[in-house]
Amino acid sequence: MNANAIFAEALLDPAVPCPPGLASWNGSDPAQRFAVYRNNVVVGLVDALADSFPVTQELVGETFFRAMAREFVRAAPPRSPVLALYGQGFAEFIESFSPAAGLPYLPDVARLEMLRVLAWHAADAAPVSRQALAAALAAAESLPLARFEFVPALRLLASPYAIVSLWAAHQSENAALELAGVATDTPQTALVCRHELEVAIYRLAPGAADFLAGLLAGQSFGAAASAAFAGDPEFDPAATLALLLGAGAIAGIATPRRMS
Amino acid sequence: MSILPLAAGPRRSDPAPARSLPRRAGIGLKPEHFRAILQTLPDLGFFEIHAENYMVEGGPFHHWLTRIREHYALSVHGVGLSIGGAAPLDEAHLDRLAALLDRYQPESFSEHLAWSSHGGNFYNDLLPVAYDRVTLARVCEHIDRVQTRLRRRMLLENPATYVEFAASTMDETGFISEVVARSGCGLLLDVNNLYVSCTNHGRDARDSIRRLPLDTVAQIHLAGFAVESDSLGAPLLIDSHGTPVAEEVWRLYCHVLDRVGRTPTLIERDNDIPALPVLLAEAARADEILCRLAPMRRDEVRA
Repeated sequence: MNANAIFAEALLDPAVPCPPGLASWNGSDPAQRFAVYRNNVVVGLVDALADSFPVTQELVGETFFRAMAREFVRAAPPRSPVLALYGQGFAEFIESFSPAAGLPYLPDVARLEMLRVLAWHAADAAPVSRQALAAALAAAESLPLARFEFVPALRLLASPYAIVSLWAAHQSENAALELAGVATDTPQTALVCRHELEVAIYRLAPGAADFLAGLLAGQSFGAAASAAFAGDPEFDPAATLALLLGAGAIAGIATPRRMS
Repeated sequence: MSILPLAAGPRRSDPAPARSLPRRAGIGLKPEHFRAILQTLPDLGFFEIHAENYMVEGGPFHHWLTRIREHYALSVHGVGLSIGGAAPLDEAHLDRLAALLDRYQPESFSEHLAWSSHGGNFYNDLLPVAYDRVTLARVCEHIDRVQTRLRRRMLLENPATYVEFAASTMDETGFISEVVARSGCGLLLDVNNLYVSCTNHGRDARDSIRRLPLDTVAQIHLAGFAVESDSLGAPLLIDSHGTPVAEEVWRLYCHVLDRVGRTPTLIERDNDIPALPVLLAEAARADEILCRLAPMRRDEVRA
């Protein structure tokens, strides 16, 4: 093991002793000086997670969150210097973190927050105009065959828990009050999308969620809508399209004629 | 408000102009100040960004930086290349850096005499290197690769450290002088780092300054530190970037300016970030010292 490897291992694992070969000018304990690096590394990475997962932190409290994040940092340090995107895998870690088992929705809240970060930094793309959408919708024969393209800043997350309500409650001034009213076991699907400079999170009704999932999988408008109606008789395609348009989610619509 | 103009990349096709930072004070660009900067366009020499924060595909960071760049000179400061690391440089990271520099055409690019990655992990800290022949050769090789790949001269920043290595065979100023001489890079003299390291290792700061290759100093950094103590009760300063610049560092800055002449100076603040006017006031103090102590460039004085 070279010097970097020994140093690196001791940075993350408090059970590993201070690396050999360190010195101080006045004979003071090098281990205590080395602890500055240990602290910088772990605190810096935990801070990065706290920035990206504010609702996860609020749900468990700062002390619990930082202890959990510290474990994650030690188990899965970043693989890239691009720290803005650090935290992929945190939700899976929380799933296996037994002290958090009492909050079964916590991993999906973390998943939602990571998607929010990814949407925030995703590639820019111009959403389709209202006019282009209207033209596609007006072409009655070709509409069922139309395929939708979505902006890179769109993400979809289906959960058996009320992740959108939990997230929304924490955006409010009275988070604790609102949280008390959330039935956490309600399944919800979140649509995460950046429009201009803001990332918004929307709750999709079951039919809308199926419809969007179908379109994202490459199904035609007709096929995705039929499947959505089959699963949810209350599916409202017009309202769903209005929501997607308002979210800046649709990048383009390819009808058969325009594709050829 | 639309983010469409980003795709046009207005500066991308420009030939790389041979510009340099204004010999004034600048501050770090922080997301919490994006709007205030564009609303008020403060009189400032330049802004500095950490390269890695902008290595994302799109979104608000690029939106704001593109607009702010239209009004200000820019210094790109890398914190993730791991130039002091034992492993070869991460070519993918170097590619990302090249793309960023190509996009924003900054007047300055700098990195650290430190390592931050090992075995594929990124430790998000500037970790110390032993000052020996092996490290010297490796650091020079890495800087050579960076300058070749980026097709520009880089500045290397002196580190703030908390430990020394028994294996070191050179002192820090000797090591840095050799690196600069061999690689042809410039020196980014971080006066706070120098003060922190000198305090932490019982060195004389003014003596260290004298022994650095001062004719290659192309940028100065000033920042705040936190005070702890080592196991014997001696001060152990932490390069925290979380407080205003300390008075001792301002004094040392004056000492440096007397020797290097008028030099672009960054006020660094990365933690507990105050309102924009607070940072602008620190930059104004640096500008005032620059005007008072270094009215002309040293080459002009010599001429």
